Amino acid sequence: MALEVTPILLNAQSADKDVRKFAEDNLKQFEEQNLPLFLVSLSIELANSAKPAESRRLAGLILKNSLDAKDAQRKHELAQKWLALDAAAKAQIKASLMESLAAPVLDASHTAAQVIAKVAAIEIPQQQWPELIGLLLSNMRSGSAELKKVTLEALGYVCEEVSANVLAQEQVNSILTAVVQGMNNNEPNTEVRLSATRALCNALDFAQTNFENDVERDYIMRMVFEAAVSPDERVRQAAFECLVSIASTYYEKLQPYMQNIFTVTSKAVKEDKEPVALQAIEFWSAICDEEIEIQEEITSGYSGDSEVPYFQFIKKALTYLVPLLLETMTKQEEDQDVDEDVWNLSMAGGTCLGLVARTVEDDIVPLVMPFIQDNIVKPDWRCREAATYAFGSILEGPSLEKLAPLVNAALGFLLNALKDENSSVKDTTAWTLGRIFEFLHGPGVDKSVITTESLPHILSCLLESLKDTPNVAERTCGALYFLAQGYEEMRGQPSPLSPFYQQIVEGLIHTADREDASDSRLRFSAYETLNEVVRCSTEETATIVMQLMPIIMQKLDSTFQMQVVSSDDREKQGEVQALLCGVLQVIIQKLSAAESTKVTVIQFADQIMGLFLKVFACRSATVHEEAMLAIGAVAYATGSQFEKYMSEFYRYLEMGLQNYEEYQVCAITVGVVGDICRALEEKVLPYCDGIMTQLLKDLSSNQLHRSVKPPIFSCFGDIALAIGEHFEKYLMYALPMLQGAAEVTAQQALQDPEMIDYNNQLRTGILEAYSGILQGFKATKPDLMLQSGTHVLQFIETIYRDEDRDEVVSKAAVGVLGDLADTLGTPAAGMFRQITFYKDFLDMVQMMDDAPLKETAAWAMATINRILST
Amino acid sequence: MAELRHRAHKKVISDQQRRRDVALDRQKQQRRDLQLHFRQLATALEDQRVVEEEEHEWGLAEGARLQGKDAKKWFSGQFMLPEWLIDIPLGLKSDWYVMARPAGKRCIVVSSRGTTVSRLRNGRVLHSFPSALPSGAKVSSGPIQGSSSFTILDCIFHEADETYYVLDIMCWRGYSLYDCNTEFRLFWRDSKIVETDALKPPSTHHRYRFSLLPVYECNAKGLEAAYREEQTFLRDGILFYNRHAHYTVGYTPLALLWKDSQCSQYLLDTDAKGEVPSLQQSSNSNLMALLVRVMILLSYWGPCQDKSLNRILHF
Repeated sequence: MALEVTPILLNAQSADKDVRKFAEDNLKQFEEQNLPLFLVSLSIELANSAKPAESRRLAGLILKNSLDAKDAQRKHELAQKWLALDAAAKAQIKASLMESLAAPVLDASHTAAQVIAKVAAIEIPQQQWPELIGLLLSNMRSGSAELKKVTLEALGYVCEEVSANVLAQEQVNSILTAVVQGMNNNEPNTEVRLSATRALCNALDFAQTNFENDVERDYIMRMVFEAAVSPDERVRQAAFECLVSIASTYYEKLQPYMQNIFTVTSKAVKEDKEPVALQAIEFWSAICDEEIEIQEEITSGYSGDSEVPYFQFIKKALTYLVPLLLETMTKQEEDQDVDEDVWNLSMAGGTCLGLVARTVEDDIVPLVMPFIQDNIVKPDWRCREAATYAFGSILEGPSLEKLAPLVNAALGFLLNALKDENSSVKDTTAWTLGRIFEFLHGPGVDKSVITTESLPHILSCLLESLKDTPNVAERTCGALYFLAQGYEEMRGQPSPLSPFYQQIVEGLIHTADREDASDSRLRFSAYETLNEVVRCSTEETATIVMQLMPIIMQKLDSTFQMQVVSSDDREKQGEVQALLCGVLQVIIQKLSAAESTKVTVIQFADQIMGLFLKVFACRSATVHEEAMLAIGAVAYATGSQFEKYMSEFYRYLEMGLQNYEEYQVCAITVGVVGDICRALEEKVLPYCDGIMTQLLKDLSSNQLHRSVKPPIFSCFGDIALAIGEHFEKYLMYALPMLQGAAEVTAQQALQDPEMIDYNNQLRTGILEAYSGILQGFKATKPDLMLQSGTHVLQFIETIYRDEDRDEVVSKAAVGVLGDLADTLGTPAAGMFRQITFYKDFLDMVQMMDDAPLKETAAWAMATINRILST
Repeated sequence: MAELRHRAHKKVISDQQRRRDVALDRQKQQRRDLQLHFRQLATALEDQRVVEEEEHEWGLAEGARLQGKDAKKWFSGQFMLPEWLIDIPLGLKSDWYVMARPAGKRCIVVSSRGTTVSRLRNGRVLHSFPSALPSGAKVSSGPIQGSSSFTILDCIFHEADETYYVLDIMCWRGYSLYDCNTEFRLFWRDSKIVETDALKPPSTHHRYRFSLLPVYECNAKGLEAAYREEQTFLRDGILFYNRHAHYTVGYTPLALLWKDSQCSQYLLDTDAKGEVPSLQQSSNSNLMALLVRVMILLSYWGPCQDKSLNRILHF
């Protein structure tokens, strides 16, 4: 049974808006009323070669979207819906899809291949559709060239969608055999070979076992090498993509093939078309990634579950590789830096050179310096730009001893080159200066390449370059950013930047105000740099920061007068507001850090809050986030006076806590709740019912990103500490949540480092909640937590016995041990007498090299001993 | 098909994540500070910070063993100082103790490594002597104490009978009691000091006698005893200590001092230098003093017959 959907599908693509709308509504209705019939009808439409290509394509697209979505939650829902469908309907749809694959219209079969993979992604992990792989493979044996091609596509997509461990080895073997056969030179059809090579790229993840076997691996590699010299450019490109994938997945198996790989990649870089050459360079970049990671593991003493050998491929190939890369760097396009989306040979070469420098460190320098010296003064701008780019690229990796003399010698030249006649040269020069400031200047650097003597000239050149074309000015902002960052930790000493501070601030403000700043990233970079400049201000320049505040406030105020007609206008307004809120947040935070300057924030608080509330009213997500962060800083500065803003601000606070989609906004709002609790103390009570309700909802939601949940628990602690005994009414909701979450963290046996990290965060959050609740109840209602004591102790014991426990969680756990004894007092003596682990735990942390932790442990021990001795 | 992998070319600065991180760090730091504060470690840290500014970092253990000028400075900041009683604290009857305060020199007594030293409020040494306190004298027969074993007492030295009246206890054999409440400290004082010979008359290894200052519940009987019953010492006012308070250094409203002509010869407080401060905390107005006295008497010697006075005093 199926319905005729052709006219609706065609109407849904009509140029007439009303017709389109009507058809779309029809489709929606149909889907809601009878999903199985709807999907069956679409699949039959897709399979029916008598139907128009347009309706078939849309049918396929709708099918695909009914099976998969970007949003994880939606994706899960769609999968559940599919699995719940009537078996007959599913069988019919799958049959239609297989039929469509064989359809002569390539468009439809291509779509069918994608939809098949989506269904496979849902069903194969559930051990359903076991016959799929067999069906596809039989196409390979008996089908036409077209069918083979599209079947290989389907196999590739299936490999991309399905994770490696759900397919049986036998099935993996059959897929690989089919794919590699398709790549073979015996295959006369180029399209089939192309599909096969692309499919291999997706199937490589599955080939762990096959790569262990020398014969099988040799065979696969031979096919890749053959494809890499195929007469067809697309096949060659796909072959190099395979090599890139192999570099990161099977580094440890690469040794025997490197000679061959070097030959094919250098040939491709030198002679082949750009898309192929880019992939060939990418192979070497991928090897750098691997070797940098291996070196990091070696130096940190950490080795993962398997011992990866370190072959030093880059070091061995260095003398051939570096000239190859340098050559690509002279193949720039005119004005390539103006467009952000450009990616070409010279960029890929320079980026790879930077990675090589990080891999081999000092060894790169003698290989690159002659190139730089030869080219940096040549009349051809390409030579000058390439030389500068090469210099900038090798600044991360080699030692300070090696680089400092070179940089000292080059600095004057580079500052001059900011006035080069060519814009690309200026752009790269400013970028290179930024790299110098980032890596060879600052508190972490023994002897900065910048001296009090050179600083005035550097600054005057940079301030001059701020007036250059937008892209050069933007790079100059970047250089100023890193220059300022180097002076961030002056620890009360006068900053060398202070004499120029006013000029820098003015320069950046003017840059942000430039008429041409709004069309590029320039305004963004100017304000971001201003933030860093504010952060590095010292006592001598505090007045300038104070004066800056009303200026930025005025700018924020003027955004409300911007003409907002189109959605573009609104977006632009939102962007500027976000930037200005960001600057204000940094200023407020900076001024609040010292009592003498905090007064300024308090004086302006009414006006600032007025502006932020207006920004909220404009409603744009990023603004929301920046304004929210800034409001946290205001609460911190104003303390209990913040109360007067609460009635108006509260609804935005609630909105922030409900923003699941932009979970960063939600996370920041949770942090601001903490700020407000500390600022208002018990005066926050009237708002707590609403806040707690929303926080409890957030915790139970599976739509909210999990990273927000640990801070929500910590926030419980902040609230409890602020309102003390009044937290009693929330206990019946909060305790089960805390206990439930504690149990979850105990059940998981974790291997994934990311999950281990998350588990620690979650436990820290839970412990901080307990701390706040216990301390909050201490004065008046200590007994409320008596019944939970045993559970809390068990939880802490689980943490103590977990080898993956990090320091933060240890600290929190030790604190809660003391809080329990401190709040519960003598009635808890029995609990502590029944356990012994706490002594070992406290003894152990006493031996750690962490003064605050030791102190907390000593306090906890004394507190426990006190209740035990009475 | 997999899209062409694009690496970031000449990466651009992005400050947003930095702003988030900085804000988050600030919030975490404040949460930690607040926790610490609630755990009463804050005072200890604060002391350390003050000392740190003088380029020294002394914990309790180090501080107690300091010598010379450093010690003078350190000890002068280690006293818990009572505020003047100017109104009746809530829960006086249930949450407070009362003591008669001996006339004499307030001092901190530290016994450690075979010697005992008493220091006045300005940090100056009053006596350096052997005592029967733990590690208070070089006595070969006594138990060998670990280096961390020191004892700190808050005392008043009463000249007439050359006796140290023990007001409070902050450390016993290296075990810190600063973070314990008054109730516990006094319990410790009464149960631990009697185990030594410190309360016995002076001898070769015990130069001055110690005596436990009597502590009374804040009821009519206790107040009567502290206020006017005869003591073994000359009285100089009465002290109120809150049961739940920890030993905090500096002035605290959880310790209160009352003086009037009935219970003290010295109506004026002297500061650390022994001079009379120009502004007495206590109102010099006799009327005020009288009112307060009446309040105390009224609330503990039964309700007043005079209704009008009751109204004025909100009873």
